[in-house]
Parts: sequence; structure tokens; C-alpha cells
Amino acid sequence: MLKDITIGQHFPGDSVIHRMDPRAKLLLTIAYIVALFLGSNPIGLALSVLFLLVAYRVSGIPVRLVGKSLRPILPIILFTAMLNLFFVPGDPIFSWWIITITWQGLYNVMVLSVRIVCLIAGTSLLTYTTSPIVLTDALERLLRPFAKLHLPVHELAMMMTIALRFIPLLIEETDKIMSAQKARGAELDSGKLTDRIRALIPVLIPLFISAFRRADELAMAMECRCYHGGEGRTRLHQLHLGANDYLLTAICAVLFVVIGGSDLLWGMLG
Amino acid sequence: MAPIIKIEHLTYIYGEGMPDATRALDDISFEIERGEFLGVIGPTGCGKSTLITHFNGLNRPTSGRLLIDGEDMWADPRQIRKYRFKVGLVFQYPEYQLFEETVRKDIAFGPRNMGLPEEEIEKRVIEAARFCGLEEEMLDRSPFELSGGQKRRVAIAGVIAMRPEVLVLDEPAAGLDPEGREMILSQVRRYHKETGTTVVLVSHSMEDIAKYADRVLVLQAGKLAMLDTTANIFARAQELVEYGLSVPQVTKIFLGLRQMGVDVPVDVYTVKYARDVILKALAERGGAAHA
Repeated sequence: MLKDITIGQHFPGDSVIHRMDPRAKLLLTIAYIVALFLGSNPIGLALSVLFLLVAYRVSGIPVRLVGKSLRPILPIILFTAMLNLFFVPGDPIFSWWIITITWQGLYNVMVLSVRIVCLIAGTSLLTYTTSPIVLTDALERLLRPFAKLHLPVHELAMMMTIALRFIPLLIEETDKIMSAQKARGAELDSGKLTDRIRALIPVLIPLFISAFRRADELAMAMECRCYHGGEGRTRLHQLHLGANDYLLTAICAVLFVVIGGSDLLWGMLG
Repeated sequence: MAPIIKIEHLTYIYGEGMPDATRALDDISFEIERGEFLGVIGPTGCGKSTLITHFNGLNRPTSGRLLIDGEDMWADPRQIRKYRFKVGLVFQYPEYQLFEETVRKDIAFGPRNMGLPEEEIEKRVIEAARFCGLEEEMLDRSPFELSGGQKRRVAIAGVIAMRPEVLVLDEPAAGLDPEGREMILSQVRRYHKETGTTVVLVSHSMEDIAKYADRVLVLQAGKLAMLDTTANIFARAQELVEYGLSVPQVTKIFLGLRQMGVDVPVDVYTVKYARDVILKALAERGGAAHA
């Protein structure tokens, strides 16, 4: 159950996209999201889907993984689709009793669903091809200018790294504690809602205690290795923008401008 | 009488249908006799822990059957909780599962989940605490202010208080000092002797297994490699070494003696037995000089 979470998961590989500079990937993902919202018309969305298919192909990540990350938000997509389908006024295609489906409603549903799917697939590609550690590294570099404004950039990045590192550990720990309490007859997955909430206490207390213990041990281990914050700290792996990064970024940038600007084109056609 | 646990062709696959599915347990069949002390050994990652979580229904077999007291455990999945009380499972590092304000309440968690009346719960808590060597004054303290070894004994008492028919312990002595190990294991043995409860002990320590187990089960890469009496298992030292396991140190010495041509039995696995063998050999070789 807890193991089914795929959003934010990393799939190691050696494709061009895997090797790309994480800063470029991060900025391009943001640009992609912006382009997706600006170009919410059939042409723009078709291009976005095409772009994703090519990108997934190049990265060697199986597209069906996207299906898995979509599963948790499927209810939201369906719900908004329903609302749009039945409640958008316009030219009716089909009408029965109080239900009316309009062309405009259908159009909205298509645009909306494709846009959400592209959004999830696009951001997932970033996390699939970039390890969390590298990603926070990139974030730290990109946010460095804000350090001048006394924003604790390094500390934030370090907190993120540690938090990401601890997620799988804590999931495993939760599984273990749940098994141990179930072995003592705790009912965790049945009963009334109030009973279930109460049943979580035997899981949460040991989990918190162990999280604090681990934090304490980690702090000690970091101090033993003379960690003293970001000041004057050098890196083992320097981020380096190569010719490939510039080329790919340029290609993507042009494509995103086309997607973003496709609204004008669509306007001229329609 | 039916064996207390009977396992028929048990196979368990992790992440079935996924590309990285692994066969953690592969076609395992055996029986656990009522009242026996069974040791389970095997190299790390061979599936020991996965196997024991099947005994009380925390894991459901991918295929195969588990019979407790002759009843198919998964005949009605809604009844599975019943078997959690029949087969008490103590996990590795059980002290990390403590959560109550007092030791007394924590030990009472299992019996309370069974829906027993208050007096019965109280009786069982005191009894379990006694078996685990916890003094009564300790019962009203917070489990978090106890030492590591004491915490572990509280956790074991929490399972014993359910009076399971089978007590399964996964490395109960891991990470304790020699005195702590000895204490926990001898308490488990005393409990086994006094109540006649069936005990399954998973351990990496060949010495501990040799000392306590009647029979030993060897698990290797998810398969049942051997199941025999302790003496017969440790007589097959060569095979154990091939599995990445070993034999008790005293057995090693006697196997070495055999290689040197001394006529000693192959199944010497406890120090006490070794002493008897040595004394006998000395007596035969002109014990008069010794006497």
C-alpha cells in the first residue's frame, strides 16, 4: 500500500536526458508548465503530447509508469471532467431530461484532461530522470542569488535532501511497526473511522520516537564529519553546463515558445 | 494429533506481476510439532523473516496452504486475526514497538485486543512479566526509561501475555551483551519448558541454536534446504559452510580432531556433550593415570 507511491520516484539510466544538467532540466520543466497553460488549445496540446512522447522515448522510461503516477489523481480529473461536461453552457450536442452536453463542455473536458496528464507526465519525467539529491543540488545553485538576501538557501536544500533521504526509511519503519502491532492484535485496517484513528496511536508514537532518534544520530554523524553549514563548502560533483545542455535547452525553448504561442495560431484558424 | 503448524507448498512472490518480482519463498513444505523447540537458520536474505510472518497471517502466501491446528488459515480471510493470537510473533528489535505510558499498559495491549476481562488481563500481565524477569515495581514505570535489554523483555512479555500456542522469535538476542543474550534465551527456554508452548527461534548464532533447539530448519535462497534434529544438522558441517553458515565452535574443534584421525562422534554440538566425550576418551586411554 505504502509502496505504491510512484510520484517523485527516480529511475536510474544513462540517456541524454538523464545526463542533462539538473538546473537546465528544472528550469525547462517550469517553462514547460508555463507553456502548457499558455498554449491550452488543440495545437499546443498536440505539440505538448508529441514532445512528451519523444522525451520519454529518448529517456528510455516506459510510458506506462505515467499511468501509475496518474492513478492517485484520477478521481480529481474525473470530477472536474464531470463538472465541465454537464455544466458548461453552449451549443448542445445531446440533451436528455436535465442533462445537457455541449460542444464547449466537451472541448473543455478534452483540454483540461490532456493538460493535467501532460503536467503530471512532464514533471514526473524530471523526477524519473534526476535523483532527488542532484535535484536539490540544482535547486540550491539556482537559489544562490537569494542567499544575499539572507535566505538560508543551503540549509533549505540540506533539509530537503535529508527529508527525501528519510522518506523510504520511514516508510519501511512504518511497515515494520504496523506489522508488529498487528501481531499483537491491533486492528489497523478495519473498524469505524474513530476506531481507526485511535488505532494509529500505537503506530505513530514508536514512529515519532524512532524519527527523533534517527535525527539525533544523523546530527551526531554530521558533526563527526565536521559539517558546519554551507559557508566555504566545496562540492565533489560540480554542476557543469556542456554543449549538449545548451543544445537541448535551445531546442526545448523554441518548442515551448511555439506551444505557448500556439494560441495566436489557433485564434487565427478559429 | 495434528501438527500445530503444517505448511504445504508455500510460495511467496514479492511484487507479483512487476518486472522486479522475486520469489522470496519457493515451494516450502514442513510441519511444526506441538511442543517442540524449532530453530531456524539461514544466511541473511534467505527468507527467514518472510517465512515467519506467514505463520500468523501477516503475509498471505502467493500459493500453497498453511494449516494451524489442522485448520486452513486463509479459508476465511476475515478470521485471520484469530491466528494472530494463536501464533505470537516477536519481531527483530521489538523494543521499537513500545508506545504506552507504562510497562503494564504496554504488556496489556495484546490481551486487551483479545477482548479479555480486566482481571484476566491483569493476571496475564503479571505472569508474562514474571516469565520475562521483570519485577513488579517496574510495571508502573515508563517503558522509555528502561535499558535496552529491559525494553526488549517488556516487548517479549507483550507477546507472551497473549498466551499464544506458538511463540515465534526473530533474533530475540540481537545486539545485546552476552549476559543479556543468556538472560533472554534462558527465559524463553524456561517458558517453553514450564508451559509446553511450541517455540520457533530464528537466530544467526549457531551456539544459541545448538543450545536450545530440538530440531533445526535450514533455509537457503527461499528454499527449504534441511530439516532435522539439531545433532544431525550440525553433523553436516560441510554443507552448512557451503550455505554461508557455520557450526558451533565446539563442533569445529571436534571435526578438526576427526580429520587428525581421532575417533570422536561428528555430532558434538554442545560443550556439555563435548566434555562427556572427552572424559570418556580419557577414561578409555588409561584413565588410571587421571584418577
